[in-house]
Amino acid sequence: MWWSIIEQIFPYAIAYTVPLLITALGGLYSERSGVVNIGLEGLMVVGFFTGALVISRLESVLPGTAIWLGLLLAMIAGALFSLLHAFASITLNANQVISGTALNMIAEALTVYLARHLTGSGNIQIVNGLIRRDIPLLAEIPVLGRLFFTRTYATTWVVLAILAFSWFLLYKTPFGLRLRACGENPQAADAAGVNVYRMRYLAVMISGACAGLGGAIILVTYSGEFNGTVAGLGFLALAALIFGQWKPWGILGATFFFGLASTMANVSQAIPALARIPGIFLKNFPYIVTLLVLIFFSKTTQGPRAAGEPYDKGKR
Amino acid sequence: MKKEAGKEYIIALAAVGLGLIAGALLMLVTGNNPLLGFYYLFSGGLKNLERIGNTLATATPLIFTGLSVAFAFKTGLFNIGASGQMLIGGLCATAIGLTFAWPKPLLLTVIVIASALGGALWGLVPGLLKAKFNVHEVVCTIMMNWIAYWSVYYIIPAYFKGAYLETESRRIPAAASLKVKWLTELFDGSYINLGFFLALIAVVVIAYILERTTLGYELKAVGHNRYAAEYAGINANRNIILSMVIAGTCAGLGGAAFYVGYASNMQIGVMPSQGFDGMAVALLGANSPWGVLLAAIFFGVLHSGKGFMNAMTHVPPEIADTIIATVIYFAATSVLIERCWERWQKHRAEKKKADLPPAGEGKEQKAAGGAG
Repeated sequence: MWWSIIEQIFPYAIAYTVPLLITALGGLYSERSGVVNIGLEGLMVVGFFTGALVISRLESVLPGTAIWLGLLLAMIAGALFSLLHAFASITLNANQVISGTALNMIAEALTVYLARHLTGSGNIQIVNGLIRRDIPLLAEIPVLGRLFFTRTYATTWVVLAILAFSWFLLYKTPFGLRLRACGENPQAADAAGVNVYRMRYLAVMISGACAGLGGAIILVTYSGEFNGTVAGLGFLALAALIFGQWKPWGILGATFFFGLASTMANVSQAIPALARIPGIFLKNFPYIVTLLVLIFFSKTTQGPRAAGEPYDKGKR
Repeated sequence: MKKEAGKEYIIALAAVGLGLIAGALLMLVTGNNPLLGFYYLFSGGLKNLERIGNTLATATPLIFTGLSVAFAFKTGLFNIGASGQMLIGGLCATAIGLTFAWPKPLLLTVIVIASALGGALWGLVPGLLKAKFNVHEVVCTIMMNWIAYWSVYYIIPAYFKGAYLETESRRIPAAASLKVKWLTELFDGSYINLGFFLALIAVVVIAYILERTTLGYELKAVGHNRYAAEYAGINANRNIILSMVIAGTCAGLGGAAFYVGYASNMQIGVMPSQGFDGMAVALLGANSPWGVLLAAIFFGVLHSGKGFMNAMTHVPPEIADTIIATVIYFAATSVLIERCWERWQKHRAEKKKADLPPAGEGKEQKAAGGAG
């Protein structure tokens, strides 16, 4: 019986995990370069809005491609919007938490303002989202096929590819080493000839693009409608980043844990075995576990050492 | 010191000015008349006694959350959890208000104490985790927000369900409401309530703690440099915990002011935006209690006027939130304003020097980076 429950909720858990994963991955670039990005939530909202705007306008003209165009433009919008955070926290040495909070507030207010101006209600609907597909051949694999390769969204594979690429980029290339050096010891990186400012700008823009993509993926997979909020997913991505100890594969594990736990709480009413557990425990479970994990990891935390500190060239 | 305070006011005013200009541009771009928009926005918040009362009532929770964020910030902590602390404070207030049928003075006293304790508990957890395990308070308070959100989501329908809707509590009886007849009548039937006076008291108390007590001195010392403070014999961990507890208490009281003062029942599934606006209030108020009071009232005007503006024009009400958010961004990037201001001062000083050759004081102020 448990197995059939798991088979049932797995596709939903994965759908919920993917936007969280790509957003947390964006946060990884930013924090590894030394810039804390609390604005992930707002950047997701920007991507969510841009995706909805583009797809709702173009889907009748360009059916099919409109979705991918929407995802691409959402990434660009996220990257551009993140420049506000980069400018404040890198060029002006502003407090990164405050600047990120301002970013969240601007994104949530501005997108709803514009949406209301455009549609009246503040919601933007798209008619067609992505369609779930079985992967040929792989779906036939006995156990794993049912779990991972049936009824999947194409975006899931795109995000997993970005994850693998990011791991390679950050840990196996000189560029990744330089980026991480900016977050560990920017003075040393500078002395070694790395342009810390440019590196951090790039990392923040990548985080904006990833979070924008995350917001748009919510739209084209399980939401179908822009409604002005991503309900704290950006903050959850931030928590997953720390839960995953600022490592790509750790983030994958952490976000999947959130995805599975949230999906279990969401579908608990439909599944008798879960319905017996009070909802308040199921819903709070991921957050309490995160707190416990943070306590557990507190002694060995391996966060980027210079994250949150503005880079001051004159400082020794 | 005096000069520094003056500079902070100039920065705050400049940020507000730039935020309003950004709002005007946004109205222009979306095809509205900004002058008309601002006229209705401000008259909606200030036109008559009733609207002024509503503005103060809207500002009340913001004063509390602003104090909460500002107080924690003095100890170098970011309290992103004011929303959750407010929810728990409101939950405690609502639970007691709906359970006991005591005379109003007693009931209100218990409600206020309970909401303060609830908020304090929600601040204690991040404080403890920060002090004992070095868990970052930003992540911890975010988690605490969601735990508060889901707890309210299940507790209200289970024990205090309203008569018609599953998603809200029963109405608070008159004896448990912070609204009082004489005050409501004084302001022609507005939402203003005793919470506002409670907020004023909180401003005075927090200002007193910060400026006149050893505790305040220690808290600020830890905020400036934790290690130096420890070297001087200050128990940093104890101060971190205390700071978060007091911050939580403020936000918890804000919950009482909102849920049993401004509102008359508790809705579920809503994360109160006042928690995040509190960060804006604290930042604009330069983390000083009096600055928080002024900033909260300003935001109160915008929030309570936006409905009127939306009714009279085609400007969506979110313009108020956009203006607030932009103000915060400009406050966060105040270094830019500071630099312009200094350049202007220098320019003026040089001009003076040119006019009066002997008087050459050459006062130079170095930019103290950051917004703290």
